[in-house]
Amino acid sequence: MPYVLSIVTFMPLVGALLIVLLRGPGKDQAGRDANAKWIALGTTVATLAVSLVMLAGYDASDPGYQFVERFDWFAGAQYHMGVDGVSILFVVLNAFLMPLCIAASWTSIKERIPEYMIAFLVLETLVNGVFTSLDLFLFYIFFEGGLVPMFLIIGIWGGKDRVYAAYKFFLYTLLGSVLMLAAMLYMANTAGTTSIPELSKFAFDSNTQILLWLAFFASFAVKMPMWPVHTWLPDAHVQAPTAGSVILAGILLKLGGYGFIRFNLPMFPHASEVLAPLVFGLSVVAIIYTSLVAFRQTDIKKLIAYSSVAHMGFVTMGIFAGNDLGVQGAVFQMISHGLISGALFLCVGVVYDRMHTREIAFYGGLAERMPWYAATFMLFTMANVGLPGTSGFIGEITTMAGTYQVSTWTVFLAATGVILSAVYALTLYRKVIFGTITNPALKTIEDMDWREVAIFAPLIAGTLWLGVYPAAVLNITEASVHAVVSTYQAAIGG
Amino acid sequence: MVNLETLLVLAVFGPLVGAIVAGLFGKRIGNVPSQTVTTGLLFLSCAISWYAFARHTWGGQERFVVELLPFIQIGDFMSTWSIRFDALSATMLIVVTTVSALVHLYSWGYMADDPGKPRFFAYLSLFTFAMLALVTANDFMQLFFGWEGVGLASYLLIGFWFHKATANAASIKAFVVNRVGDFGFALGIFTVFAMFGTIRFDELFPLIPSMAGKTWHFIGQDWSALNLAGFLLFVGACGKSAQFFLHTWLPDAMEGPTPVSALIHAATMVTAGVYMVCLLSPLYEHALIARDIVCITGAVTSLFAATVGLAQNDIKRVIAYSTCSQLGYMFFAAGVGAYDAAMFHLFTHAAFKALLFLGAGSVIVGMHHEQDMRGMGGLRKYMPLTFAAMTIGTIAITGLGWPGVGGFAGFYSKDAIIEAAYAAGQHNNAGMFAFWIGVIVAGLTAYYSWRLAFMTFEGSKKWAHGHAHVADDHASHAQIESHSEPDASHDDHGHGHHGVDEHHPPKESPAPILIPLFVLSVAAIAAGFVFAPYFLGEHQADYWRGAIYGIGGEGAHAAGEHHEHPPQWVVFAPLVVSVLGLLFAAWFYLVKEGLAKRLADNGGPLHSFFYNKWFFDELYDFVFVKGAKAIGDAFKWADKNLIDRLGPDGFAWSSLFSAGRLSRIQSGYVYHYAFVMLLGVAGLLTFAFWLVS
Repeated sequence: MPYVLSIVTFMPLVGALLIVLLRGPGKDQAGRDANAKWIALGTTVATLAVSLVMLAGYDASDPGYQFVERFDWFAGAQYHMGVDGVSILFVVLNAFLMPLCIAASWTSIKERIPEYMIAFLVLETLVNGVFTSLDLFLFYIFFEGGLVPMFLIIGIWGGKDRVYAAYKFFLYTLLGSVLMLAAMLYMANTAGTTSIPELSKFAFDSNTQILLWLAFFASFAVKMPMWPVHTWLPDAHVQAPTAGSVILAGILLKLGGYGFIRFNLPMFPHASEVLAPLVFGLSVVAIIYTSLVAFRQTDIKKLIAYSSVAHMGFVTMGIFAGNDLGVQGAVFQMISHGLISGALFLCVGVVYDRMHTREIAFYGGLAERMPWYAATFMLFTMANVGLPGTSGFIGEITTMAGTYQVSTWTVFLAATGVILSAVYALTLYRKVIFGTITNPALKTIEDMDWREVAIFAPLIAGTLWLGVYPAAVLNITEASVHAVVSTYQAAIGG
Repeated sequence: MVNLETLLVLAVFGPLVGAIVAGLFGKRIGNVPSQTVTTGLLFLSCAISWYAFARHTWGGQERFVVELLPFIQIGDFMSTWSIRFDALSATMLIVVTTVSALVHLYSWGYMADDPGKPRFFAYLSLFTFAMLALVTANDFMQLFFGWEGVGLASYLLIGFWFHKATANAASIKAFVVNRVGDFGFALGIFTVFAMFGTIRFDELFPLIPSMAGKTWHFIGQDWSALNLAGFLLFVGACGKSAQFFLHTWLPDAMEGPTPVSALIHAATMVTAGVYMVCLLSPLYEHALIARDIVCITGAVTSLFAATVGLAQNDIKRVIAYSTCSQLGYMFFAAGVGAYDAAMFHLFTHAAFKALLFLGAGSVIVGMHHEQDMRGMGGLRKYMPLTFAAMTIGTIAITGLGWPGVGGFAGFYSKDAIIEAAYAAGQHNNAGMFAFWIGVIVAGLTAYYSWRLAFMTFEGSKKWAHGHAHVADDHASHAQIESHSEPDASHDDHGHGHHGVDEHHPPKESPAPILIPLFVLSVAAIAAGFVFAPYFLGEHQADYWRGAIYGIGGEGAHAAGEHHEHPPQWVVFAPLVVSVLGLLFAAWFYLVKEGLAKRLADNGGPLHSFFYNKWFFDELYDFVFVKGAKAIGDAFKWADKNLIDRLGPDGFAWSSLFSAGRLSRIQSGYVYHYAFVMLLGVAGLLTFAFWLVS
């Protein structure tokens, strides 16, 4: 399929345009809403299909960029696209989660439905663009552009304090981006190119590397998010609608980790080596600190949001271990977390749609009335805790095994995260699901319907499949990650 | 004839199939089909295991590994889903599948009135699958998979009665304490991988001598390499096998249904730590400090748990502490290098401890879910078969037998351990320490075991005058103290209205309960003298064939180390102290019935100390639970009041947003912000391109 990357990237945008064009004046609001939903679902499913075709055609033994498209654009910048073994998986993950998001919003969004669907479709285009662009400025446009639909999703369809949350989200991410943009300008000037593959081969001098590294770090650390720039995330999650949280945790957080692998590690190897202890320190603090904060939350969504921060700590740690185990583990952890955290937020959505509260204390004893929900929530709780057999285990164990070779202290401290995650996750589960129903409002709560089961089924299958057969991901990332790692190791003389 | 490889795949995955069928479709297909499928597959699995064991033991079947599917494979970090078949896994296969099959059968009777039967059987089978994956692992990752998989099943089964707050608390405690162990276990695996560049056992073992005497840098210190690895891995074993400091979850795990206690928390899962240490004997034989730590930890645990067991009144808790104590025996056996004796005690213990637990379950059913032994007594007449089985179990665990002649199962394995400790003690203080503890604990074991038997089956019938649930005035509030399982047929577990009394005396249990008791009774009598020649005696080298370091493999130097004949007083010491224990128990609970209760009521610091389990729960609750909560609250405060205040909320214009002025305005305004944002991005980009060109 020629131009497959452009198709995958811009197909959702076409869907968004269709929604705009097809809301004819003859239709009533309900008709327009239904129209928008079905177009959105159809488009996202079609995008998923194309992305899977692309994955099937990907040659995993070739570490370089594939499906490359390259045209001159303007002012020296190029329309340059391509995917390697790392980015292709994020494109597929994005395409995989989007139809689930649309389906999850089917009945829970009641206002401005066409606009909502447009926002998600535009977001899908922009996120795919981030992962497929191989030009600095193309990357930047997609990267920053992605803020806007997310900002709107939180700000319009969010909860009671949505404006504060949207503002906080905006402020943090923008501040980081300004520094990154300045660094990009400098790089383009110095190296005389905006091509990412060429920049990866350009050797910046050591001191410059440190500054550039820090500038990129500022942007990506906010996205991950790393401690102490994480406080926007819990607010954003709590206020966002369910599907917004799914996409935020499932995909948008991965932009940071992807950025580290694409920019910091290969372009500034010297700085990465020098500053790795900083990353390790922040990762360990993130794991321990946010796990303990998660333990004390009274809001289900906030708890899961904090748990996301802790899990991203393993990602940053693994990336800057700078070896195959660490980086492959980090990529795996991101993919896996995309499934697991997405599913956990959907789990919250199931009860929120019924009861319109996320207070832990409101619930209790759901197992009695909702056995299928209890089983699903149990599975993803265990995946979140990193139980072997689920994908959550693979990422944690490999990032730790990789980091051990670089810093035993880091792993020693990070490994306490496996204890703490069990504490907060199982306590949450117990309070919500176990016990007897004492709240009269819950006496008639219904178990999941077929639509909800259909949303969870692919996530369950993915989590277990990757947990048992992680090679499905590792085979694809292996060559590309090895290329990045060996460049890095060669540059630092390791 | 189907080859052994295929059969073993069937044996391992059969229980998983059963678990999936009963778990997902149990409600649809109904109770009896769910139970039939799971139990049937388990008996199939058991039959295959015995066939494989026979092929190994008498058919000369060589060690082999079936590789099924790649697991985690990154560089040298190579893990493969596989089935390893050797002497160790053959031994574990029969132990696990036999007890599991019997427990499945037993549960037909025990759980007869429970509304959640398919779920229960699904969990039991899931557990069995995970345990089989554990014992057949050929690398650390599959071992870890099984390790945490059995932990999951244990968590689910302890909390099986999810309406009960104490059961939920106990299940979380079990999982978290095991995770503390796994913390060490994982670090141990990383250490081994970093040292040797492999996580496969067959590649690892030949490399181990190369690190002997070398140091290893870990968290800022230089450590003796192999001792560090051995110690970290042992921390994992301590968690799973409830050894000192990480033992606190096991007694609480008795919140689960009794068949679960028998299968998971006595016969199989808790022995996984022992199994691992024996499997890694090539490592521990080169890590003598780590081995001494294993030895001392095991000895201390066996003493600690036995002292606590003396003072408990809940029938299941006595057996739970007994399990903890017996696991201590296995560890100190391994810690003095007698891995064969450790494995043999694991083997015999599985038989008699499962018997004791299932017997206790039979008593609990007969007593209508009363677990406090102070409300029992005189049951021999009403439950004669259960009485016979429990007596056999008690004789087996106390290790009664005449040296040189023979005895019940526990006699062979326990005496072998004590003699091995004595032999090791000739040139090792840890061994001598373990020897003396082992002798003392043999006496304590006899006392608490017979105490249990006498309080339950002999003496006056405390239940005769209405329901006698004894108020528990010694229990401190912090500990989880429950003397009753919920009566399965009722969600509210009040049981005062249908307890036993003179007009409704306890009745003998039905066949599904009695058949497993019968089979296990035979095992508790015969497992010792039938299998001792293979595990310990003349066929030893041919049995182990190198699966345990130094026995029957290359460089078989350790064999015979503990077969030198110890002095006669050592041989007879366990017998003498167990008879003393029996006599004391008889004096307190038969001859002077009521004396023990008066003594206990008068308190005394020692009784209180034992009764309250050395106050571990209180200490841990104060330090870890309250500590984590306090730190968590502090960090939560810091997020709001330090990070946010210095960060986003610190900007003056943030007041616009947070003061709620704008938040009341139509959300249409958000479009404006978005528009401003776009303008900003566009402006920045224009500026950027202007700079570049």
